[in-house]
Amino acid sequence: MTRAKEKIMRGVFFIAALASILAVALICVFLFAQGLPPMLRIGLLDFLTGDRWRPTAAEPSFGILPMILGSVYITGGAIVLGVPIGILTAIFMAKMCPSPVYRFLKPAISLMAGVPSVIYGFFGMMVLVPVIFETFGARFDMMSGNTMLAASILLAIMILPTVISIAETSIRAVPQELYEGAVALGASHERAVFKVMVPAARSGVLAAVVLGIGRAIGETMAVRMVAGNQPVFRMPHEFFSGARTLTSNIIIEMGYVERDSLHFGALVATGVVLFVFILGINLLFSVLNQDRDKKRTKKAVAAAMEAAAEKAGQ
Amino acid sequence: MVKYKLENIDLWYRDFQALKNVSMDIKANQITAYIGPSGCGKSTLIKSMNRMNDLIEGCRITGKFLLDGEDIYGNIDVNLLRKKVGMVFQKPNPFPMSIYDNIAFGPRTHGIKSRYKLDYIVEKALQDAAIWDETKDRLKKSALSLSGGQQQRLCIARALAVEPDVLLMDEPTSALDPISTAKIEDLMSELRKKYTVVIVTHNMQQATRISDYTAFFLLGEMVEFGNTEKIFSMPKDKRTEDYITGRFG
Repeated sequence: MTRAKEKIMRGVFFIAALASILAVALICVFLFAQGLPPMLRIGLLDFLTGDRWRPTAAEPSFGILPMILGSVYITGGAIVLGVPIGILTAIFMAKMCPSPVYRFLKPAISLMAGVPSVIYGFFGMMVLVPVIFETFGARFDMMSGNTMLAASILLAIMILPTVISIAETSIRAVPQELYEGAVALGASHERAVFKVMVPAARSGVLAAVVLGIGRAIGETMAVRMVAGNQPVFRMPHEFFSGARTLTSNIIIEMGYVERDSLHFGALVATGVVLFVFILGINLLFSVLNQDRDKKRTKKAVAAAMEAAAEKAGQ
Repeated sequence: MVKYKLENIDLWYRDFQALKNVSMDIKANQITAYIGPSGCGKSTLIKSMNRMNDLIEGCRITGKFLLDGEDIYGNIDVNLLRKKVGMVFQKPNPFPMSIYDNIAFGPRTHGIKSRYKLDYIVEKALQDAAIWDETKDRLKKSALSLSGGQQQRLCIARALAVEPDVLLMDEPTSALDPISTAKIEDLMSELRKKYTVVIVTHNMQQATRISDYTAFFLLGEMVEFGNTEKIFSMPKDKRTEDYITGRFG
């Protein structure tokens, strides 16, 4: 009876696991099936490195390099701004924070993660964009505050909860014995934390950064609301101009595109490129994690061997 | 010569009194062993001797800890105290960095930057901890690649690198195999030439093998303290006798 039950339950779990894998696999298949042919029709090189996006011109051209660069610039800016703040916050929360402050801070950070991105977008539109325009408008001859800078600042805020919570968890996971070892050598609390505890958590902190990148590059709504969205080839120093990301390219034109046209195909192909980016980031993340797992296994094996040696000795 | 004088130490963890009126004189360049069953307060006492107990919430201490006549719970720099009074822990706790950086961590903490000086200190500390031969060819390798026994000697070397006066060892061999234990015990008789050593041990044979003085603790009380040979051959107190003959604990 119990055996039969066990078998049935095993089947249920298997199907549940299969369902999520199937979903990912199907997304993969359909995306590539729909996206690759138009990409080839445009010409892979023309599509990826073309700097003109004129999908509705009499002689249309479909180059998404501006959007690739837009995504890279904006995400890069968000990482530069957000990661230091996030990691320092995580260190503060894990090792320096008095517990009344922590009791307030922790739920606040969780709340940050739960705010819908369109709300962040509103904040960007109504606060960031005007402030940027007032501050830099005259100096950089800007038309509006809708810029890569605005998008980067907004994304920096949006990735904070991801970066903070993963980095905090990994710093907390470092054994307290290491802290005691450092302090017993005469190190101050700060030195013990920054020179021993944080370096010991570095693979987790790195994972936090990688997941932050993934979150930033995939964000659509908030970026669309503040980035200006011009599909124009930009150089890195043009941070005070607007740009379009891969994500906003899809969402902006999906509304009016003619179904089954080459234009439509090019948008799906944009999705393929985005998907490949995300895949790469996830791959990087699992490589980092694997490294950590390996170390852990190594340690466990060493401990087991030691225990065996001790037993043999006794 | 008395190096470290403890006077009427009482210690509480919140409402629980872990040490009751402990007084003793610890002599310089001698090995003093603390023995007693689990929960007798021996680890608590050794941890309060370099104020590691500060990290525990709700820990309250009265009485005097006089290191070279100076009260360590008075107006002193705790970090300097811990430089003077080093500690080796029960579980080897090397930092996840290279062997070299492990040893250099302490000296760097106290402001030594010169590469030349650090090289010298690292070599000397590893030699003093009898692990130089095993590590000299792989100083840049991670300390976690060493075996448990090697890691513990590395931790001893790390403690020696800041040139302490007193070395506290909290059951330093309890997590190690017999061969590693023997190595560390050999090392300790060398260490006493330069340092004053206090060791907590569960292992009474170890206390007789290595220590000059032994203190026996029971339920927070120091029952007996004196010359190791005397304590183990002619204990004055019935409870000490019962413990060392294995009647309890």
